[in-house]
Amino acid sequence: MDFLITVLEQGLIYGIMALGVYITYKILDFPDLSVDGTFPFGAAVTATLLKFGVNPYLTLLISFAAGLVAGICTGLIHVKFKVRDLLSGIIVMTGLYTINMYIAGTNNVPLFSVNTIFRNDMLTGIFGDKIPQWVDIVVILVIVIICKLLLDLYLKTQSGYLLRAVGDNDMIVTSLAKDKGNVKILGLAIANGLVALSGSVFAQQSRVFDISMGTGALVIGLASVIIGFSFFKKLSFVKTTTAVIVGSIFYKACVALALKVAGAEATKLITAVLFLVILVVSLDRKKKVKINA
Amino acid sequence: MLELKHIHKYYNSGTINEMCLFDDFNMNIEDGQFVAVVGSNGSGKTTLLNLICGSIDLDSGSVLIDGKDIGREKEFKRNQYIGRVYQNPAMGTCPNMTIAENMSLADNKGKMYGLRPGKNKARMEFYRESLKQLGLGLEDKMNVKVGVLSGGQRQAMALLMSTMTPIRFLILDEHTAALDPKTAELIMELTDKIVREKNLTTIMVTHNLRYAVEYGNRLVMMHQGKAVIDSAGAEKSTIQIDHILEKFNEISIECGN
Repeated sequence: MDFLITVLEQGLIYGIMALGVYITYKILDFPDLSVDGTFPFGAAVTATLLKFGVNPYLTLLISFAAGLVAGICTGLIHVKFKVRDLLSGIIVMTGLYTINMYIAGTNNVPLFSVNTIFRNDMLTGIFGDKIPQWVDIVVILVIVIICKLLLDLYLKTQSGYLLRAVGDNDMIVTSLAKDKGNVKILGLAIANGLVALSGSVFAQQSRVFDISMGTGALVIGLASVIIGFSFFKKLSFVKTTTAVIVGSIFYKACVALALKVAGAEATKLITAVLFLVILVVSLDRKKKVKINA
Repeated sequence: MLELKHIHKYYNSGTINEMCLFDDFNMNIEDGQFVAVVGSNGSGKTTLLNLICGSIDLDSGSVLIDGKDIGREKEFKRNQYIGRVYQNPAMGTCPNMTIAENMSLADNKGKMYGLRPGKNKARMEFYRESLKQLGLGLEDKMNVKVGVLSGGQRQAMALLMSTMTPIRFLILDEHTAALDPKTAELIMELTDKIVREKNLTTIMVTHNLRYAVEYGNRLVMMHQGKAVIDSAGAEKSTIQIDHILEKFNEISIECGN
């Protein structure tokens, strides 16, 4: 039972990140590597704010804003300096490593003695000193659902249409007298905002910030998106955003099962191998990574 | 009025492969003109369109719309006044968006793309009517993704989308070249209808000499960055296809091919 709950919790938290990766990878067709930096970036910002006693729920919004800024940086490097998409992401990811260190002050910040979105005066007031475990899931679920619904709504706005158009056929955006570069920057900003938010929730749930927590985040996000698309998108009543979140839970479950067999030290190898399997099974590797510097 | 003044355009400038395409090229296009541009490959037709639209930069010279120089404006800014249909039908529509979404997107050109609903429900009936006029049955497929439509259907949509909002110029870049003869004919008739209805000033590049003779009220033949034939109005209406073909062959023989 504990195993299932952990999978569900982690799957949902990474699901928020997967929503961000969905925007860059599927909508914008932009392989955005800055994700590996923005995930711990959100966590670092959160850890520091929590230590200063900032309201944990407010840290979610601040992390999102921090992620927006990081995404804008990736976008500006790509659009204004005409650096290739992959390289723009790598530059931001690498730079963020040091920035995360500066913000957190050290490479590991335990968050046991501070209020979080899961353990705070308000929840203690309701449930008493022993907060039941299902509360964690409910808190995460509420955040995930809000993110999903807001993203769904946004993608149906005119601005959202333009975002979808820029990944689909960017000539159209130009012909609509709009700067396609700005639309890309906007998309990267929202995507990285979601990723940083996910990092914030992750840090609060695992009660620790660690400088290396972002390594491989993109792979998890990509795997979730691809699983979501290949296995759940065929059911026509399932929205793509829902499919991506379910994909994330599914992927976490696979990794957790594999870890049970192979042991914790094999985490990254299992992540990589599973990702490969998913790519092969879904045939998504046929999709060309556009290099449009 | 569109004026091209003292246009200079070199390719590979500064290298031994330097090639001069336009050397002091001048052309005026009056309001309401429908200009058909013909010429062999490399004669500068598409470059001309790209220079007007800003897809490539001018070396020197100016592009004036109603007296205002737009020659240094970015491509997306110029598209406020320009609608363009490309040779490739895939370029004028978003394949992963539905017909209704594509129409709504195009209908909002010139306005802000904000947080209002992307699908313009109030205009759906209008979109359906416009699509109905194409006679391709697209009005019953409003929620079908454009990517599954045929090239001809997509090109018809691209044409509709690029002329949906008020524009000063319509630029047609060999827009029938990728279509089968029957569909090409249909798109050409449609083009003529839209241009007449909206009284659009149009520049059409084509390899089809018959279209150039049949449609439009001005004919330009380009060769090595110059207009070797340029006839408008009554003079244009007397031009026969044989005459152009003769000139075309003459040019080709001069070039030795």
